[in-house]
Amino acid sequence: MDLGSINPILLVASLMVAATPIILAAIGELVVEKAGVLNLGVEGMMITGAVCGFIVAVETDSPTLGFLCAALGGAVLSLLFGLLTQYLLSNQVATGLGLTLFGLGLSALLGQSYVGLKAPATPKLDIPVLSDIPVLGPVLFSHDLMVYLALALLAGVWAVLKYSRAGLILRAVGENHDAAHALGYKVVRIRLLAIMFGGACAGLGGAYVSLIRVPQWTEGMTAGAGWIALAIVVFASWKPGRVLLGAYLFGGITVLQLNLQAAGVAIPVEYLSMSPYLITIVVLVIMSADRSRAALNAPASLGRTFHASH
Amino acid sequence: MLRLEKRPTPSRFWAAMTPVLAVLATMIAGGILFAILGKNPFEAIRIIFWDPLFHEQFAAYSRPQLLVKAGPLILIAIGLSLGFRAGIWNIGAEGQYIMGAICGAGAGLALYPSESFLIFPLMILAGALGGWAWAMIPAILKTRFGTNEILVSLMLVYVAENILASVSSGLLRNPEGRGFPGSRNLQQWDASANTEIIAGTGMHWGVAAGFIAVIFAYVLLNKHILGFQIRLTGESPRAARFAGVNPTRLILICLGLSGALAGLAGMFEVTGPAGQISIDFGSGYGFTAIIVAFLGRLHPVGILLAGLLMALTYIGGELAQLMLGLPSAAIQLFQGMLLFFLLAMDVLSNFRIRFGKTEVA
Amino acid sequence: MKFTSILTGAALALGLAGAAMAQDKTKVGFVYVGPVGDGGWTYEHNQGRLAVEKEFGDAVETVFQENVPEGADAERVLTQMALSGADLIFTTSFGYMDPTVNVAAKFPNVKFEHATGYKRADNVSTYSARFYEGRAIQGHIAGKMTKSNVIGYIASFPIPEVIRGINSAYIHAKKVNPDVEFKIIWAYTWFDPAKEADAAKALIEQGADVILQHTDSTAPQAAAEQAGNVITFGQASDMGEYAPMPRVSSIIDNWAPYYLARTKAVMDGTWTSVDTWDGIGAGMVGIGEISDAVPADVKAEALAMKDAIAAGTYHPFTGPLKKQDGSDWLAEGEVADDGTLAGMGFYVEGIVGDIPQ
Repeated sequence: MDLGSINPILLVASLMVAATPIILAAIGELVVEKAGVLNLGVEGMMITGAVCGFIVAVETDSPTLGFLCAALGGAVLSLLFGLLTQYLLSNQVATGLGLTLFGLGLSALLGQSYVGLKAPATPKLDIPVLSDIPVLGPVLFSHDLMVYLALALLAGVWAVLKYSRAGLILRAVGENHDAAHALGYKVVRIRLLAIMFGGACAGLGGAYVSLIRVPQWTEGMTAGAGWIALAIVVFASWKPGRVLLGAYLFGGITVLQLNLQAAGVAIPVEYLSMSPYLITIVVLVIMSADRSRAALNAPASLGRTFHASH
Repeated sequence: MLRLEKRPTPSRFWAAMTPVLAVLATMIAGGILFAILGKNPFEAIRIIFWDPLFHEQFAAYSRPQLLVKAGPLILIAIGLSLGFRAGIWNIGAEGQYIMGAICGAGAGLALYPSESFLIFPLMILAGALGGWAWAMIPAILKTRFGTNEILVSLMLVYVAENILASVSSGLLRNPEGRGFPGSRNLQQWDASANTEIIAGTGMHWGVAAGFIAVIFAYVLLNKHILGFQIRLTGESPRAARFAGVNPTRLILICLGLSGALAGLAGMFEVTGPAGQISIDFGSGYGFTAIIVAFLGRLHPVGILLAGLLMALTYIGGELAQLMLGLPSAAIQLFQGMLLFFLLAMDVLSNFRIRFGKTEVA
Repeated sequence: MKFTSILTGAALALGLAGAAMAQDKTKVGFVYVGPVGDGGWTYEHNQGRLAVEKEFGDAVETVFQENVPEGADAERVLTQMALSGADLIFTTSFGYMDPTVNVAAKFPNVKFEHATGYKRADNVSTYSARFYEGRAIQGHIAGKMTKSNVIGYIASFPIPEVIRGINSAYIHAKKVNPDVEFKIIWAYTWFDPAKEADAAKALIEQGADVILQHTDSTAPQAAAEQAGNVITFGQASDMGEYAPMPRVSSIIDNWAPYYLARTKAVMDGTWTSVDTWDGIGAGMVGIGEISDAVPADVKAEALAMKDAIAAGTYHPFTGPLKKQDGSDWLAEGEVADDGTLAGMGFYVEGIVGDIPQ
């Protein structure tokens, strides 16, 4: 055993990279759920974003265009979910699961001729001066642009939800769609926009995996990250700040687990990998048991179908 | 302007017609997809929907296989549908399925190599209990603390998957398996083998259990007070409360039943078609069953048909790969389409489409 | 093509049952555990299938089924393939072992070939590759080239195949560099790009400047490329897009020669059930081009070792060797027997850590 060989600075730095795709997907899903919609198709949207981003980046040699098209691809796919659940009033759980199935199949077909190619490199930012600061430099200032973009997006969503009128309306729609409707808000349209935002974010998260993290296209490469994003939204009790915490916890457990192994510590891998899920359940129970903090609970209309009957 | 108007009661005509329309729409959209991929669309559609049932070379084998594939889906979906009807959302059937298989297999393997005829019944019991216990976690958390069961049951799927990985390379690993992960083959041990009840029909004990569950659910929903309570709670929770329905009891019963049935499905699968506990044992039946439950409109007979239809697309899809070289991704996409069309057309049975201006903007 | 047509001609000239020969094409089926686009294990098996098509042309018809889960579905897929008239079926994952044996019992006239398993029957052969021979060469290059003396190893599952590879690489790294140390991470996956990337990063951060992998994605290569002065080896496929640095060489699964030979045997009616465990010599294990990042003398030594292994004059597991616990395993000059290798469940002396249970 050689715990000294673990460099905590590098550990935190790689944790930030590991957490980025799930932060992106989770923040999108958080907005969707805040609007009262449960979209279980995050994995499908992520993998579609991953393939769209990869194809465009390879064809145009521009990672930026790749990320843009990944967001577009995720949003278009989510629109399918939006149309079905919002206009045709299908069940959200079943439609979301179908979306994952659909996205996995679609991405595999689209990506058939891109297996084994290399994506154009996304430059690291390496902010001059700042990245040379000891400790903080490598942790905070030497990542690729997407890491910062994800954090900015997170902060943006937090501010919009908390302070803006749009955020208020979004939350109203998620808490009580009938009341929001009675107040004259266009529930369906607002939800559709939220769903597309969620799709775009998931697409970005997927592209981060295929363009930066791995970077390559292979079928099924997101390997369950979308499901983890779903768990994180719940863990975060629908609060953007805690999404960050959750993503670092989930991402951190994996990174830490691998680091401990490399340092020669014999650890039961399976039990460690299930621990974030157990912690999520505990968080859920604490939240729901404490009635005075009921406001922290799930959006009241989550997963319920809305139909204006008059 | 198109407008939807809720029907007072779902239309029976459209409830029967929409699946047919959806399958036709999928055939057209899927045909276009297959044509784009350079395959003959008519041949592909024929292979998927017709050949598993009537192809002279394959049908004798694939017809019974339809039952084998549909059995666990139906068994799980029936359990889920009871809860779904009452507004209790167990989406962690995959976890209960895995835990049922682990407990069932574990109970049997503890007694290896005994040949007692009591082993198989004991394993059935252990399997059902395993699934039941796993479903009781979200049930108790919901009734005690009001915790959202959708999320807890989903989280528990991942916990179950990790337990599966752990036992298949540890506790239940086959000591004669040369170090490879995976348990002993339960199919090859007479005491635990889930055999066909009538040879050559595909009718193993799990399929039989599926059919029994369909009948049981039908009777329960139509003739029994509990079925009435389930339906009432789903339609109007407030009315149910006034009618004296105990919501705690209902949650425990619905989640418990769906967990036990999912556990049974896992146990029958591990002793029959799958044969052993392995890391890849969880094949997504628990999630597919949710789709089946909705395709079947949460109705026992509907679920029976939906399970068979789903099995048909799996087996037909395999044949299409084999005969036409269609990539498996195309089949996945095709199944996704079928699901979307069915869900989309469902609107017709619950709503009327009106033409004209909406009253309220 | 040419060869077969000559052969067919010869058969006809000899007055053999021409009708039986020309009756129909030989149908060869392949069952894959992953998608053909995985760029690793399944991809290489599919390359073997394409080689069969190319070699025999109109005389064969190949079919394949991808993404077949191990377990219940495998048995059905195999049965349907046999029913569709396949003469020879390759099942390319360990988990297909029991389904293959079961289906083979029902179709005595169809030949089955199961990769990496150990159960055989009259119509079931098994085949596998001696990847540890390639690991020996990797270990040699790694031991010579490491500056930090720390070599990272991304392992998949604790099964004999993987343990054998670790031992082989370690023995040969240690031989040329007594100070070398192995850091091993068990990823518990064959294929999960994100996790493999994390594992590679963890190893690099802890000082490893050589990464060996027994998982199939190129994610570790990309991680090494980003880190700079780290070398890697391609796994399963050449991963040549990362040459000359970080990828300095690779172990390539080359199933084509075996698939060609077995298909030919079925066509000729000479197929019998065998247990094949081929290595570099038979061409089943390929060593990808050693890039210029490797010093010329090291490259020459590595190639010499490759030739010696291929010729059968050198065995990677040659004594004196001790087990991790210090007990004797192989005496001076003694060579490990295949039985011990096939079931290998122990580390050799010097490796730190336990094999997870």
